Formats: sequence, structure tokens, C-alpha cells
Amino acid sequence: MATATAETILSQLATIINEVVGAETSTISPESSFSDDLGVDSLSMVEIIYAAEDSFGITIPEEESKNLRTVGNAVAHIERALADA
Amino acid sequence: MPEIVITGLGATTPLGGDLPTTWRNLLAGTSGVSRLEQPWAEHLACRIGGQAREDPAAELEPAKARHLDRSAQFALVAGLEAWADAGLGLDDDNPVDPDRLLVAIGSGIGGLSSLVANWDTLRDRGPRRVSPFTVPMLMANAPAANLGLALHARAGVHSPVSACASSNEAISQGFDQLRWGRADVAVIGGAEATIHPLPVAAFAQMQALSRRNDEPERASRPWDQDRDGFVIGEGAACLVIETLEHARARGARIYGTLAGAGISADSHDLVQPDPSGLGQRKAMAKALADADLTAADIVHVNAHATSTPQGDATEAQSIRAVLGLDSPAVVTSTKSMTGHLLGAAGALETICALLALRHRLVPPTINLERPDEDLGIDVAVAPRPLPGGDRAAINNSFGFGGHNVAVVVTTANATA
Repeated sequence: MATATAETILSQLATIINEVVGAETSTISPESSFSDDLGVDSLSMVEIIYAAEDSFGITIPEEESKNLRTVGNAVAHIERALADA
Repeated sequence: MPEIVITGLGATTPLGGDLPTTWRNLLAGTSGVSRLEQPWAEHLACRIGGQAREDPAAELEPAKARHLDRSAQFALVAGLEAWADAGLGLDDDNPVDPDRLLVAIGSGIGGLSSLVANWDTLRDRGPRRVSPFTVPMLMANAPAANLGLALHARAGVHSPVSACASSNEAISQGFDQLRWGRADVAVIGGAEATIHPLPVAAFAQMQALSRRNDEPERASRPWDQDRDGFVIGEGAACLVIETLEHARARGARIYGTLAGAGISADSHDLVQPDPSGLGQRKAMAKALADADLTAADIVHVNAHATSTPQGDATEAQSIRAVLGLDSPAVVTSTKSMTGHLLGAAGALETICALLALRHRLVPPTINLERPDEDLGIDVAVAPRPLPGGDRAAINNSFGFGGHNVAVVVTTANATA
């Protein structure tokens, strides 16, 4: 996993987002806002975070998860967490 | 008080994923009871159930279904069927004033499988893996709340919980709200999804369930001398009701009139019905009085009769006492085919009673091979025609807790 690129992280995360809220993966980009573009409410966000934690084998602390406004923010966080692992 | 008419019907049951399929199978005398093939059933005393014919999740968007307990999934499927059947659209095509629309959907137990699944997660994987949707999925008002959201109901969302009387209680609540002028339209009914190892094991421990595991289709046999308990079923049933004025103004097709409801409580025992049947008789008598009818007007009874030894006998005695020995009423228990849908039973059976009046044909009670001696009621063992003219029927629902709710429907105001 340490070699995962931003692109593969985005694709894996998009699959998770699709499963949780039904947004089409093709419409999900780093610029997508979770709440404004993808219809992710606060409960769905929690579900996306723990699915991402399981999927990438990382942890996203609760205080940091609140700052993840866009999909790109999440991808960057996951990338850093994987590099630190 | 305004007259309240029934303009839309929907159901998802062990006999069909929609009401027309369910009704056809009821008239055909088909059993919806089958063996529980799930691995968890292997070691249970009861291994049969009335499993929904269609998976409700398959009829909803995957991301939507994922955040709904199966009970709420059933409620959405049946509620949206009833809504469409009433000729009403959704979202921009929804013509009903949200502030004049209410929902009342009962459930006996609510989102039990979601509760237990998340307890497993908590125990095995820790608190950070518990779904944030656990509470909105397990709460017993979730079927009503989700349907209310889908239809934009703002006059109120009600979710009575009174075990197996829940959906007749919901019918009664919606009926009253409309009669009191608090709304013009209501979607009322019940939903239940308890074919899960815990409730099946627990009901079996109460000696309440049939153990005729080798002959599932013959297990639910109301009033038969060889009955040995009820068969657990699942699904949902919903009715759209509205004031006669509202229905006529929009030119709605009218199935008939919701004419009366009667509620009583046994105050006898938490789970055993009062053998004197006093509470049952009171509920039926109150429903008749509420409908301004007499016993002679009732041509049909869809009984609660779940196939338990004492319950069926007590109810037969209560029906006889209220309607009289010379009553022309044709009685049936559709639970002989569907099993017992618990909190959804009353709504499904009120719909069955209404359709029997409308089509002048009572669905049979199957498996009634050796009726109780001195039964004293006329039970249809094959589809039975009803007379023409104005017709009225009673549906009974009784629940653990001593709840008794009888509902009266009639052909008054019916259109083609």
C-alpha cells in the first residue's frame, strides 16, 4: 500500500463513496465537495471514513476528519498516512 | 365528522412483492410459508417462516437500502405502491399539500436485525466500527419516518408500537387525525422484519410458534384441531386514506370507506389473551358503534386467528358473541397463507377484508381440516362469494400487551 498513488487512492475512495451515498464514481474528482457535490451528510461521512480506514489500513482521527471538505483533502490525508506507515 | 375513504393500497408479503400478486395467491389458497434455509435456522426449534417473496432492498437504490433496516425497506415498498395506486406522484408531481399529509406506520419490533448486527460489530471490532446509522435504523419509528420523508408528509408522522396490533392501531390513529380535521390525506399501515434467529428462538421459547418443520405449508392452520402455534411472517402493508371531499375533488378512485375503529385493552396478562374474550368483544363492539353499524351489517370478518390453540378458540367465541349465532358473516384467517406479519398483520388483513368486499369474494382459510368442535362461526375453507348491496367487514388485531384493535371497512362511496 505504501506505493499507492493519489490516482489509485482516488479510485478506491470513489468506490467507497459510491457504495455509501450512491454518487457515480465518474463524477467524483479531487475538487468534489463531500457535502455540496456528493450529498454526503455527517453520518455518511463517518461511514466513509471508517470504510476508508479499513480499506487503506490507516486511521483518520476524528478531529482531522472534520477538516476533510473535499475528496482531494481526503486523498491527501490518506496519502500522508500511508507514507508515514 | 368527515367521511374517510380508502383510495390506495400496497403490500409486500410472503405471497408477493406487491398487492395484486398477493391477492391472486390468497384467492388461489397458496401458502407463503417455507423452510428457513438460512444456516442460523439449523439448530432452532422452529425452522419455518413466511418469508417475503421479493427482497425489498432490490427495489430500492443500493445506497438508500444500505441505510434502512429491512422493516423500513418493506414500509417504503408498500407505502410507495399504495401512493402510486392512489394515482399520486412524488416530488414535483406530488399534488398533496405537505401540511395536510400525515403518515402512521406501526411496527411491533422495529429494526431488530440492525440492532443485533451492530452489537456484533461493537463486540467484535470495537466502537469505532459501529455504524453511525445504527440508531436511525433500529428505531421503531424508522419505517414511518422514512415513508414520511419520501412523501414529504408534514402534518405528522406517527408510529404506534403495540405488538401485533400495531398496524390496526396506526389505521385507527390516521383515521382519527383525518376525522378531527388535522390532515386531508394519510398513509397508514405497518411493517415488520423479524425473521432473524433471535426473535424466532425467543418466540419458540414462549411455545408460541408452530414446529411443523417438515410441512411448512401446513403449519399455519387457524381453528384446526392440530394447530400448534403461529408461523412468523414478514412484510408491510399500507393504505392511502383521505377525506371524501378531498378524494372527490381530485377524482380519485375509491375502494370503500374506513368506517370505524374500536380499541380496548385486556388488562389480564402481558401475553396470554383473556380467555373470557371481554376485551376482544369490546373492541369489535366499539368499532361497530363507531361505524354506526350493527352486527347484522357485517358480512365478513378477517380474523386475527394466528393458529395458536387458545387464541383462535377465544376469538371465535368473541366473534360469535358480538355478531350472534345467526350472523351471515363469512370468517377467514388469511394468516393460514401469509403466516403472522406481527406489526404489519392488521393493515394487510384490513386490506384483505376490503378487497373481499370489493370483489365479493372471501379468500379461504387453508389447512382447516378438522375444525374445533362447537366453532360456531362460518369459516371459508374455499373462496366464498359475498352477497351484493352495501357490505361491511371487520378486521381484528390483537397483540402481546393485551391490545385489541378492530377496524370496520365498508363499500360505501366505492367507485369502479
